Amino acid sequence: MITSKSGRIAFKNARLVDPASGLDVKGGLLVENGRIADIGPRLFRDAEPRDPEVIDCRGLVLAPGLIDCRVFTGEPGAEHRESLESASVAAAVGGVTSMIVMPNTDPVIDEPSLVDFILRRAQATAKVRVLPCAALTKGLLGETMTEIGLLKEAGAIAFTDGDRSVANARVLRRALAYAATFEALVISHAEDPELVKGASATEGEFATRLGLPAGPAIAEAMMVERDIRLVELTGARLHFGQISTRASLDVIADAKQRGLPVTCGVAAHHLTLNELDVGSYYTFRKVRPPLRSEADRAAMAQGVASGVIDVIVSSHEPQGADTKRQPYATAAAGTVGLETLLPAALTLVQDGRATLSHVLRTMTATPAGIFGLAGGALAKGAAADLILLDDDEPVVVDAEKLHSRARNTAFDGRKFQGRVHATFVGGVQVFDAH
Amino acid sequence: MLALGWRLRLPLSPTTAISPTLMTSPAAAPILSSKHLLGIDGLSPLDITALLDLAETYVVQGRATDKKTALLRGRTLINLFFEASTRTQSSFELAGKRLGADVMNMSVKTSSVSKGETLLDTASTLNAMRPDILVVRHQDAGAAELLSRKLDCSVINAGDGAHEHPTQALLDALTIRRHRGNLEGLVVAICGDVLHSRVARSNLRLLSMMGARVRLVAPRTLLPCDADRFGVEIYTDMKRGLAGADIVMMLRLQLERMAGAFVPSTREYFRFYGLDREKLAHAKPGALVMHPGPMNRGVEIASDIADDVQVSLISEQVEMGVALRMAILDALARGMA
Repeated sequence: MITSKSGRIAFKNARLVDPASGLDVKGGLLVENGRIADIGPRLFRDAEPRDPEVIDCRGLVLAPGLIDCRVFTGEPGAEHRESLESASVAAAVGGVTSMIVMPNTDPVIDEPSLVDFILRRAQATAKVRVLPCAALTKGLLGETMTEIGLLKEAGAIAFTDGDRSVANARVLRRALAYAATFEALVISHAEDPELVKGASATEGEFATRLGLPAGPAIAEAMMVERDIRLVELTGARLHFGQISTRASLDVIADAKQRGLPVTCGVAAHHLTLNELDVGSYYTFRKVRPPLRSEADRAAMAQGVASGVIDVIVSSHEPQGADTKRQPYATAAAGTVGLETLLPAALTLVQDGRATLSHVLRTMTATPAGIFGLAGGALAKGAAADLILLDDDEPVVVDAEKLHSRARNTAFDGRKFQGRVHATFVGGVQVFDAH
Repeated sequence: MLALGWRLRLPLSPTTAISPTLMTSPAAAPILSSKHLLGIDGLSPLDITALLDLAETYVVQGRATDKKTALLRGRTLINLFFEASTRTQSSFELAGKRLGADVMNMSVKTSSVSKGETLLDTASTLNAMRPDILVVRHQDAGAAELLSRKLDCSVINAGDGAHEHPTQALLDALTIRRHRGNLEGLVVAICGDVLHSRVARSNLRLLSMMGARVRLVAPRTLLPCDADRFGVEIYTDMKRGLAGADIVMMLRLQLERMAGAFVPSTREYFRFYGLDREKLAHAKPGALVMHPGPMNRGVEIASDIADDVQVSLISEQVEMGVALRMAILDALARGMA
């Protein structure tokens, strides 16, 4: 593990991949005092760096650290499942240098003092950057809007009820209009709560065979459509935390074409798994929204490739054996994902659907732009949030070897390609695979 | 039926024949072309200037030892208030009494409306009492106009829903004019709950008509749809909205609007839209502060500003209210047979 006293680290023989600028060349990079001091194809090519710390990248990819826009932790309230610290360890291993955490905790993050709590706890315990979202409505109840102005001043970077939809259109309309006043970003979870009440699968042949309570896939697109109409009315910026169906994708593509300030994400598991992967009631693949048909999964991959889907997220949601070892319908939904986000996303590269730079952009420059973050790029002066990545190396996910406190991964035993070798946050190495 | 929901505060005076000679003031040239005052819409800049000029004479009268004249002697003025009001109702009452009219206050509780009496039932009952002037406040937009079509007397709109409150805008104009000489070219920032405010609507009509530059400052939840089509500038950032303003007009935030429906909390509202020294410092040096009352201290306005006589015109607005309403009563009486 590198601990540079001088604050200078030289990376040589790297494949520099910077999605923000489109750069993809062999070269070197110099970190000084936590920031990128120099970068380029000629750096350290002819002359050895004279710095105390030199990392020979041996041709591996050096890219901006990942921003995961959708992370649930258990802090405060359910630290036994996942604390900010334990999630941050998993993040570092997965190459995630910034976690955008959801407000669905106990208590709910709906007070400025609680935003402050998250920031202080993160400062004291977390290995990566933690960016808190605050609740959009008090207590996530969907009834009254939170103090968006004060919460934003306290450091909340976006406003969302996390995995809950605001069912009342009038409440959402006013919350969006109010958020627009402060140019605040709102993140929506699109699922009609009544249509999916009690559902644990997507309605269709498979759910019928298993006899599972199911909700129609259109429950998502309906809310996406409604929310987009409200964006049109209020002028607010809206990000759909994760979509999972082709119908939603089409609606968002249309809204973007009309110039509306709308963006969206997709969870890595909705890119790589379909409803059939639930197999014989495998509760670790119970997620919200539920896994969809193969056609919808393929549409998600296509959506990332075409750019209609802006970001890929882990939707990291820790659960314990107590909540997962249950009959399917009563088991909790959610999968951990910080450590598998990158390899799962890279399947798009291996399938030939998108370039490495394009896939990395969905987890670096694009989320940085949506959330107004300074990082996400290999640029002089930018914070040295970096990952060293072997994008070809085969890996087999082993739930037992995950670093997060919760190990409810939907990908246990799954083979991927792509392994993070080292992670740096502000020039400090927070993970070393060796 | 009438008595059930109506509270008669003053006995009706015995009916006497109205002597037209008592109705005329020394300079009794007609001022208004209409027999009603339903809104700023319908007034011309000349009407407004004439009303303000006339009001100036009543400012003098209001400050004299003997404040009373017999201009409206024998006339009956009914204050019909469907919404609670202290300030406007007492202002009209005093204005009427100072001009010698018989004033009757009727406060109609909403419960009596729910007992089935419609506004038109009320109108015909009132008409039978043969009032000369009816001052009406109602929670629904258009109520004053409806009454004006059904009654034989003059109708003054003292506030109808979120539509108009013309006497408030006129008294605000009188107050401003006394301090700035003229309304033309002044930058007036109207701040707060514009959406539900009839005061804001009347003021922006009057001020725009008189050549002032009006700005609306509010969170988007409290701005009416298409407000930008009224020829005003819209700001959601109060400091920017106040920059260079001559007059800062604060609006009352209704308590029921505070708890999460339109703004999340009073503390947040005060932080971003409450007038304090820091925000006021962005306005033009010497800028004056107004509020139609009643104030929510610590919600839309800091106490130290409300009470600072150097910047706050709030008490003066009340005084001008009586004088302006005397001028209105005078002007309407001139049109009466």
